[in-house]
Amino acid sequence: MLTCREVVTLATDYADARLPWPARLQMRLHLAMCAICRRYLEQLALTTSLLRRLGTTLDRTEIPPSLREAFKHRSTE
Amino acid sequence: MDQRSTGTDIQLRDQLLAGDETAFEALVAAHYGAMLRFVRTFVSRTDVAEEVVQETWLAVLKGLPAFAGRSSLKTWIFRILANRARTRAVREGRVIPFADLGSPEDDALDADMALRFSAGGAWSQPPGPWEADTPESILLRREAMNRLQAALETLPPAQRTVVTLRDVEGWSAGEVCNVLEIGETNQRVLLHRARTRLRRALEGVLAR
Repeated sequence: MLTCREVVTLATDYADARLPWPARLQMRLHLAMCAICRRYLEQLALTTSLLRRLGTTLDRTEIPPSLREAFKHRSTE
Repeated sequence: MDQRSTGTDIQLRDQLLAGDETAFEALVAAHYGAMLRFVRTFVSRTDVAEEVVQETWLAVLKGLPAFAGRSSLKTWIFRILANRARTRAVREGRVIPFADLGSPEDDALDADMALRFSAGGAWSQPPGPWEADTPESILLRREAMNRLQAALETLPPAQRTVVTLRDVEGWSAGEVCNVLEIGETNQRVLLHRARTRLRRALEGVLAR
């Protein structure tokens, strides 16, 4: 049986599906029984999805005119 | 385990070589923001970061005939970018130690986490519930998002770079390892520490 501390330590490997199956199974068993670890992992996942929103809301779509010029110039060489 | 180049990338290369402006603009628009965020993890000044990104695009155009599709076009572009960003950081007297895993800051993080568990490994300071627990409801809370952004910017540099690519940009572990030229274990340790810190920053605002 994994301890809570071990579950927290393995959280990133678990989320990335990098754990061998016996460890993955142990994680699932622990999470099925431990609401606190479940909450901790949910909060980690929430953090990740908020970071993703930072990425998708910040993007600008116009490109610097100098780059456009450089491309035109290059393709007429 | 990098995303291999697909036929589409080779096709795109040929379009660019043929001078297809629409294809070029779409490619730049798709990556510009991510490139800028990436370089900002190496150099602190925004104008310098812009310069590095623009120089990289010129290098991309120049090197394009040599792109053979051994990696994806995206990975290829970001490797050029990473080299330039690193060089620039060194010139500014900043070196990002991707291999150095044990900084004093990390020891403090470990000590802080250790306090939350009993000797037997059970929670002694369990995480409490948050006032908001869906991305949508937290997005509406400016304080939380500001705190997250600030925490991201003050992470140890290598952690910031890795978590930016993985979580902000949504890259796979393989892509990150390939672009940063680091091993998988190293990548995961850096990501884990970064996520641990960022969750804790949100906890500071959101814990009931």
